[in-house]
Amino acid sequence: MEKELAIQLRGITKRFGTVLANDHVNLDVYRGEILAVLGENGSGKTTLMNMIAGIYYPDEGQILIDGKEVVIRSPKDAFEHKIGMVHQHFKLVDLFTAAENIVLGMEKEGRYNIREVNAEVAKITEHYGFHLDPTKKIYDLSVSEKQTVEIIKVLYRGADILILDEPTAVLTPQEITRLFSVLHRMKDDGKSIIIITHKLNEVLEVSDRVAILRRGQHIATVETKDTSEAELTEMMVGKKIDLNIERSEPVNPVPRLTVEGLNLYNSEGFHVLKDISFTANSGEILGVAGIAGSGQRQLLETIAGLYDPASGNIIFHNPQDGKEIDLKDKTPLEIRQLGVRLGFVPEDRLGMGLVGNMDITDNVMLRSYRNGIFGFLDRKRPRKQAEEIVRKLEVSTPGLSTPVRRLSGGNVQKVLVGREISSSPEVLMTAYPVRGLDINSSYTIYNLMNSQKQDGAAVIFVGEDLDVLLALCDRILVINGGAVTGIVDARNVTKEEVGLLMTKTDTERKEEVK
Amino acid sequence: MRKTRHGEAREPLVHLSKRASIPPLKAWGIRLLAIALGLIVCGLVAFVLIEKLGQHPERIGDFYNAFIKGSFSTSRKFWKFLKNIAILLCISLALTPAFRMRFWNIGGEGQTLIGVLGAIAVDFYLGGQVPEWLLLILMFVAALAAGTLWAVIPAIFKAKWGTNETLFTLMMNYVATFLVGYFLVIWVPSGSSSLGKLKYGKLPSFGNDYLLIILIVLALTIGLYIYVNYTKQGYEINVVGESVRTARYIGINVNKVIIRTMVISGALCGLAGYLIGAGLDQTVTADSVGGQGFTGIMVAWLGKFNPLAMILTAGLIQVLNQGASQISQDFDVSGAFPDVIVGIILFFVIGSEFFINYKIHFRGHHDHATGKEAVK
Repeated sequence: MEKELAIQLRGITKRFGTVLANDHVNLDVYRGEILAVLGENGSGKTTLMNMIAGIYYPDEGQILIDGKEVVIRSPKDAFEHKIGMVHQHFKLVDLFTAAENIVLGMEKEGRYNIREVNAEVAKITEHYGFHLDPTKKIYDLSVSEKQTVEIIKVLYRGADILILDEPTAVLTPQEITRLFSVLHRMKDDGKSIIIITHKLNEVLEVSDRVAILRRGQHIATVETKDTSEAELTEMMVGKKIDLNIERSEPVNPVPRLTVEGLNLYNSEGFHVLKDISFTANSGEILGVAGIAGSGQRQLLETIAGLYDPASGNIIFHNPQDGKEIDLKDKTPLEIRQLGVRLGFVPEDRLGMGLVGNMDITDNVMLRSYRNGIFGFLDRKRPRKQAEEIVRKLEVSTPGLSTPVRRLSGGNVQKVLVGREISSSPEVLMTAYPVRGLDINSSYTIYNLMNSQKQDGAAVIFVGEDLDVLLALCDRILVINGGAVTGIVDARNVTKEEVGLLMTKTDTERKEEVK
Repeated sequence: MRKTRHGEAREPLVHLSKRASIPPLKAWGIRLLAIALGLIVCGLVAFVLIEKLGQHPERIGDFYNAFIKGSFSTSRKFWKFLKNIAILLCISLALTPAFRMRFWNIGGEGQTLIGVLGAIAVDFYLGGQVPEWLLLILMFVAALAAGTLWAVIPAIFKAKWGTNETLFTLMMNYVATFLVGYFLVIWVPSGSSSLGKLKYGKLPSFGNDYLLIILIVLALTIGLYIYVNYTKQGYEINVVGESVRTARYIGINVNKVIIRTMVISGALCGLAGYLIGAGLDQTVTADSVGGQGFTGIMVAWLGKFNPLAMILTAGLIQVLNQGASQISQDFDVSGAFPDVIVGIILFFVIGSEFFINYKIHFRGHHDHATGKEAVK
């Protein structure tokens, strides 16, 4: 199979301070292929691609396009070489239409004519099988449509080398299938597509070749058809690990937290949570599945006392005396003072769960700083607690006085989860606890949730990876648009069934309990 | 990388990268280097601007000597130096809790001035009619209450309606200035706008006129250092400053912390006003604080809101101020010249923070392991 080379990377090296993000990486990309760049978070995938796209500049090494050495100093340079990148976080102007966003920033001869642009965009859309109305405003678009706009933006600029950074993270299974078929058509058109991902099943499904990065180094590039999930995992993490998550049968589950008819409006009057009811049992992990932004965050934050719901009840069943406590309209402090041990690992670790500029001890103290005598802080006990968290969860840190923002994502999360479980919670809520974590850290977190479950806590786990939700949870609550679309038994459900529930609209909603 | 289709294309001449951390010694080295460079530039500027120096370049030694002479040549100057540090530091300390909370209190000037006004108003109306000790206590209460009021109004608006504290506190400065003007017109009917030194309401002096003030501020510095680092309230201030969402998440009442902290900030500004009114001036003018409410912001920033480090930064600024006035005396130049000198040096000092936070790579240099310094 003789193919034409599009990009060659030779000895690309990039450092951030003392961190070696890319270490002499060599990589070839051919015309008309889909290359998956696979690696754990922090392995340097995005950094490497950012250097091709002109966001970063390499410290060492060369980039060759069509065999000639080039210098790419800015995204504009990259476009001149027909390279375009779709970033993980969209960069769109909400108030503009799709077509306006697509032409934004382009310098072109002649008059600006939005009708022509609309027609051209429609042509591209049709050619590749996208679904998009170019005259719609961005704020009216779904996440997948916004992604489409970003991809067309790049195509419109004439790119024939496309880089997609974690394109599937925000999509439902159905949308992923559609994206992949579009990618195949582009490939048939002779375009080179580089897709950054850490999801093995997608790599196997869509790519022709896989380049594996580990700790900034290029480990290997293999033909997809000649490899397996196990082999890729091994190259990605360096050692064989068990992909199975342990799941024990719930022991003596009793209702611990009951939510009834919960309604919440945000400050703009938007109906964020619609009549949500469910029960979380002790000794059980209740998964929460849904497309990003379906109200998962608001649900957990309302239970934690950060929002006042318009109506509904949040009943905590106290295991000590069997009494029922209504947590609705209580502040986080009042909830604690009522003796309810509620652990909450929020989605935004450094913006909500922790304080990035404070050290580990001071962060561990967040929950307990009020315990000091008189007005003074007692750092002795929190320091011991911090030492214990560092030791038990194997947090790698230079010391307890290191600001947590300096730690890597996995270690930040270990500090946060460690603090939240150290009070042996009766209810533990976690929102996307493994987002951005490498496989080893992810498993540490899964195991911690499992051990909390075995200790009798009611664990509520908001996740995005359906494979993990299906493997780890006992039951799964599916929400869409702020409403419950189903509660299913995780042991007897398929990914596709959950995916369907995630996109089901209000009108077809029906309860499927256990 | 050498050739492209454009022919000769090279990597960018300079590019920046953020430092993960920097050893403290190196950071201080960069700062000292910045001060040295600032002084050299000052010398060059002086050659151009000061006629006497232009004609007698050999007097450049005197020029630099003035920085030492200004603060340390006589014991009177030295005490004045310490007193000036104390007042400036007191205002900076007052601003510190607010700044640690990321509440940009630009109103230190007005809060202090209104404190002076409060103290002097009590002095004006009650001086001689009540015992001196009672008068001093009443003046103290009035100064603190006035400062608190001036700070807490913007805080309440911020907490309840989310108004911008920077603009609000800034505006309160002007209100304070004009209030002083208003009372001066009432108190001095003759039309001369100067109140003159009042007979009563002077802080007792032991040993030295300034010693009591200096000791009060020293105690305050230590007290505030403990407050921000070792108390629950100080901890809450830090959390609110770093992340309001984290504060809410752990159940801190953010509005309460904002208002409480501004009460402290305003009361301490009031204290500074009391030290100026009762400790030094026994009078009030629109210029009683003389811009120290703004200089104090810089002292606090440069000291990274650490009360102990702020002793040093307040000292640095005072050495510069007094040195610069000494220069204008010795070389017979206009009153604007000291400001030029101080401005140049502060420009370098503040600019050096950039080189502490960022590393600069030049084309062709790739010795990242050592990270060669590029201070300029």
